Amino acid sequence: MALKQVSSTDEFIKGLWRDNPVFIQVLGMCPALAVSNTAINALAMGAATTFVLVMAGLSVSLLRNFIPREARIVSYICIIATFVTCVDYAIMAISIELHRALGAFIALIVVNCLILGRAEAFASKNKPGRAMLDGLGMGVGFTAALFFIGVVREVLGSGTLFGVDLFADGFQTWTVMVLPSGGFFAMAIWLLLVNWIRQRQAEAEKQAGERAREATS
Amino acid sequence: MNDPGYWSIFLNAALVNNFVLAYFLGICPFFGVSAKLETAVRMSGAVSFVMLVASVCAFGINLVLEAINAPYLRIISYILVISSTVQLVEMLMRKLSPPTFRALGIFLPLITTNCAIFGLALFQTNKGYGFVQAIVYALGAGAGFALALVLMAGVREKLDLADVPEIFRGTAAALVVAGVLSMGFMGFAGLGR
Repeated sequence: MALKQVSSTDEFIKGLWRDNPVFIQVLGMCPALAVSNTAINALAMGAATTFVLVMAGLSVSLLRNFIPREARIVSYICIIATFVTCVDYAIMAISIELHRALGAFIALIVVNCLILGRAEAFASKNKPGRAMLDGLGMGVGFTAALFFIGVVREVLGSGTLFGVDLFADGFQTWTVMVLPSGGFFAMAIWLLLVNWIRQRQAEAEKQAGERAREATS
Repeated sequence: MNDPGYWSIFLNAALVNNFVLAYFLGICPFFGVSAKLETAVRMSGAVSFVMLVASVCAFGINLVLEAINAPYLRIISYILVISSTVQLVEMLMRKLSPPTFRALGIFLPLITTNCAIFGLALFQTNKGYGFVQAIVYALGAGAGFALALVLMAGVREKLDLADVPEIFRGTAAALVVAGVLSMGFMGFAGLGR
């Protein structure tokens, strides 16, 4: 944990970029690749995961003094599975089509390592408010990552965005992007972009540091 | 079509709808342990074994849940029973066969909550497979996982020697390799159905 007291906004922001679950920590890859074939699916999956993250964070944090250390993983899994069941039935009630599109992947939120990871690494050591913020930040970061992958795949693969046609008739769709392998490629492209930006940032910081040292000497 | 033969179930799970490359299940171990061929082989052995155990468990739980009419308990009971059974098997294995335990043991705790295992249990329930069908499905899924993992490890061992640009190293390169493998597996579409 950080030495200095981190502000609440920082708790939220870190999930968006610095510790982005998908692009930086490479957690929760299965849903990120599997249901990102359209932007809508990606958003729905992200929202469902965010809900589970926030609620699991809250519950784990509230119960953190009651759960014995030895049985903590099992307890976390129980808590997470409960909320996932809620989400599963809620989505089925809201839109049966969406439920069919996401299929078993809603139930598979249970085994998303991101949620268990946050419960273990953060929520079990922090106050409920902070745990919820952390869950929300991670969830939004996760949703954003899914959405970006989904947009690339939908625009290139079917020539649409949110089901609206974008191109004139002449556009040849890249069918491969809708197929499973497209998920890998879209994710690789975004990962490259993120790596490139981070590398440039690191270099800029290093140069700034050197300049500061020269100025002082 | 309602009652496909065993061979077609096996082929379907192993090649056409490969768990890793078509369903994206078990991606974490797929990238995590595919750096070396030897660990990849052991890992896939362990995963196939756990899949078999999980499949049998899931079949049993489903019978009970249907008898008491409580499908909403499915997610929670699957994950608890599967992970505790794997723990039990791990203990038994340590007692009865230390060499197997040494080969597979360290991986067992890692994969109890693997999405491939859990996904297998859910899919076989959704498809309404009988007992033997479920076992064949599990064997096929395990074989498919092993195939994908071993192929991937082979490619990545070679990739280590190649001169790859710095930002491309690691996960990004692995993702592209996986994408190409996945495209290859699409060639199997239409088999076994």
